[in-house]
Amino acid sequence: MYDIIIIGAGPAGLTAAIYGKRALKKVLVLEALSYGGQIINTLDIENYPAAAHISGFDFATNLYNQAKELGTEIKFEKVTNIIDNDDIKKVVTSKGEYETKTIIIATGADNRKLGLENEDKLIGKGISYCATCDGNFFKGKDVAVVGGGNTALEDTLYLTDLVNKVYLIHRRDEFRGDPTIVEKLKEKDNVEFVYNSNVTKLISNDKLEGVEVTNKDGSTKELSVSGLFVAIGKVPENENFKEIINLDESGYIIAGEDCHTNREGIFVAGDNRVKELRQLVTATSDGAIAATEAVKYINK
Amino acid sequence: MEVITVTKDTFDEEVMKSSTPVLIDFNADWCGPCRMLRPILDEVASSNDKVKVVSINIDDEDELADKYEVSSIPCLVLIKDGKEVNRNVGLIAKEQLESFIGE
Repeated sequence: MYDIIIIGAGPAGLTAAIYGKRALKKVLVLEALSYGGQIINTLDIENYPAAAHISGFDFATNLYNQAKELGTEIKFEKVTNIIDNDDIKKVVTSKGEYETKTIIIATGADNRKLGLENEDKLIGKGISYCATCDGNFFKGKDVAVVGGGNTALEDTLYLTDLVNKVYLIHRRDEFRGDPTIVEKLKEKDNVEFVYNSNVTKLISNDKLEGVEVTNKDGSTKELSVSGLFVAIGKVPENENFKEIINLDESGYIIAGEDCHTNREGIFVAGDNRVKELRQLVTATSDGAIAATEAVKYINK
Repeated sequence: MEVITVTKDTFDEEVMKSSTPVLIDFNADWCGPCRMLRPILDEVASSNDKVKVVSINIDDEDELADKYEVSSIPCLVLIKDGKEVNRNVGLIAKEQLESFIGE
């Protein structure tokens, strides 16, 4: 039996593992894909205290190695369910099940999709969720970005130097994101703002060839683009826990800064928790708190 | 076997004329998910002799990336007898990769 099972090997989960191991607990981390979580897509982290300019890959690898050196067990298995029998909890994976005294859910979040027909089929054929990863493939071409937050604005700015033209499609006429970036975009002559509009159709013939956008007033138009960068936020990966863990209307696990869920001995850490600011530093902070709370619960 | 780095000069020999199926990994040094995928590909290459695993750096080999219309990486393309038979875009776990290759 484990003391702590952590679901997810991103910054929150691996930090929780470090704190759990340093408290001399038996810790298992279960990860469905690879360690690191979303941060591996970041080319250069600039806002983590005392570690300016480190790649997301290096950050994740350092953290992974640190957790391993302390004796954390890490298995690459997808968690499908958790069962709460008070003192003995079970975590069910694609390969088996594990007993534990406590659970920390650190599954993070994934890109929100538009939910349009053929969207999945067109990933890698024009649809992308990461402008800094894939922008280079659209050199000299016309592309669109959809979204209104900082990611959409930063993606658009990044693309202006690479592509011929960027349409920035936003469902409102004002941006939630950083106004200084909006000003920079307004000065660019290859950005066209498409306000009050939603992407309603993907036009494709094996590859993406354009998008249909529908204005609030009901009118539609087609934009001829070979790339569409989707930056409409994230969705928390809490589906497998909703039977026993309370989620808010957006699917985030309801917990305060102490990371306690509605179940005793089950904690949450990272981007899948209800919170104001989702950043690397708040994810690692959650990991430390959740593990400390788990240790307190075990020692009680 | 190890993962073999392929360029446009060796592509014909290593991929098109290969008698075993070839798994092409289109990647770049700056791509985090590609770097995450690499150890998984190394494992597959060393444990599975039914498939040859090759790596193509899209910054050095843009002609090959264009030829396969790669527009997002990591991108895995499975080639049999010179023809594309399967494709996966994005990071993939080892188990899924094994079923992608078709074991």
